[in-house]
Amino acid sequence: MFMQHFINALGLGSLYGLIAIGYTMVYGILRLINFAHGDIFMLGAYFVFFATIQYKLPWALGVFIAVMGAILSGLLVDLIAYKPLRDAPRISALISAIGVSFFIENASMVAFTARPQAVIQPKQLVEAFSVGDIRLVPLNIIVPAISFVLVGMLLWMIYRTKRGLAMRSISHDIETTRLMGVSVNRIIALTFAIGSGLAAVAGIMWALRYPKVEPLMGFTPGFKAFIAAVFGGVGSVPGAMLGGLALGFIEIMSVAFFPTLSGYKDAFAFVLLVIILLVKPTGLMGEKSEDKI
Amino acid sequence: MLEIKNLDVWYGGIHAVKNLSMSIGKGEIVTLIGANGAGKSSAIRAVAGLVKEASGSVTYIARDGGAVSILGKPPEYMVKMGISLSPEGRRILPHLTVEENLTLGAYSRRDKAGIARDMETGYSLFPKLKQRRKQKGGTLSGGEQQMLAVARALMSHPDLLMLDEPSLGLAPILVDEVFGTIEKINEEGRTILLVEQNAFAALKIAHKAYVLETGSITLSGTGAELLQDPKVQAAYLGG
Repeated sequence: MFMQHFINALGLGSLYGLIAIGYTMVYGILRLINFAHGDIFMLGAYFVFFATIQYKLPWALGVFIAVMGAILSGLLVDLIAYKPLRDAPRISALISAIGVSFFIENASMVAFTARPQAVIQPKQLVEAFSVGDIRLVPLNIIVPAISFVLVGMLLWMIYRTKRGLAMRSISHDIETTRLMGVSVNRIIALTFAIGSGLAAVAGIMWALRYPKVEPLMGFTPGFKAFIAAVFGGVGSVPGAMLGGLALGFIEIMSVAFFPTLSGYKDAFAFVLLVIILLVKPTGLMGEKSEDKI
Repeated sequence: MLEIKNLDVWYGGIHAVKNLSMSIGKGEIVTLIGANGAGKSSAIRAVAGLVKEASGSVTYIARDGGAVSILGKPPEYMVKMGISLSPEGRRILPHLTVEENLTLGAYSRRDKAGIARDMETGYSLFPKLKQRRKQKGGTLSGGEQQMLAVARALMSHPDLLMLDEPSLGLAPILVDEVFGTIEKINEEGRTILLVEQNAFAALKIAHKAYVLETGSITLSGTGAELLQDPKVQAAYLGG
């Protein structure tokens, strides 16, 4: 029984982690909380829904379209809502972020209707099989596996490539990084692209897990992922993943062992947020800095 | 190599540089000296593409011999054209290793072999950096950080190397070491624009010098001439 919960928590936690990475990377570079990030997650889910269920495209192609669509949406959000405010006070960009988030959510309700729509799960992903006395659903294994592979690739990119070096440099000193010949706007765009792509992957897997899509589906996971990012230490990619996993485990295990608390499931994330802000405001793996959130 | 004409720069609403004209010939060490707040940094930052509010003209003779107007272009363009700035206060990235700082300096280049060669050249100019190459930039001493800042600015393989206050905060013996290296870099064929408060050290190695006072050039001449100039001696060389 415990194994079952463990795998469940791993799945949920890694999804939070994937979304949290987008928050943490953008914050690390621009000191901006990208409130629209949860909505990019939602768009990713819708794109795959339209591609595979409405237009009957094969899943692989649908996933590709959804990821590309989300990346494009993320880049557009940066271009329209944040880039013109690069030199403005940070609070302006923050307000712009809240505005964009409301806009995407409401525009989606108009375009997609507010009604939740069922996602038909491919059979291979949900047909359970047994290992010993544990019953496993392939989806629950695939979700954390894909997440960990993607995070591994991302860490390799950040610590082993030139673009990654530029990212780590920008987060400390934009001006000096420009003097080294780095086109900062390109690196910022790359950051939004990576964050949005990962959010889309999370959105797709989320849509398969709870098989439905709806325009506000990004709100709660987005918020929790944000808390995960704070918990792990804003700016730290491994921290974001760790925070996501911690949140997943707390949520699943508390409901599993204290079923009477299941109604409070969503509150645990916020309790965790309060505790971490009181005890270690820089998060588990965050660097010391005077001007965190 | 670089011709600055009637440059005006505004910095935070202040008219920091007024009608500045100066010319830097290929292979020269040219220095711009002046007191703190005279506008030296604003001038050099405008040439590097960091200041948006600037007017006048800055003409640069590129590698292929063509003259280009560069004022208002972004820093990454300047780096591509062969202009590199080692900023005031060194601005080492403290969380990156010495080697990563140098690699970042070569961001605009793709020739791996050339980058590796230039990294070795940097290490031979500053052997201490080689010993510390896996160390984080923030753990270096002030002198070592200055060496790293110069070596990093060289990693883009610039034709024009601009240095903003390389003597800042250094002990006199280290100032001599850094300025000796600047001469060496110049002898290897690089043109140098040196902005300095330490007028004595700068004038000693400069072929040509300009004195900046509250945003305007008040004197110019060869380094040796200005060293002898009574006004310069009174104002900048302690009598």
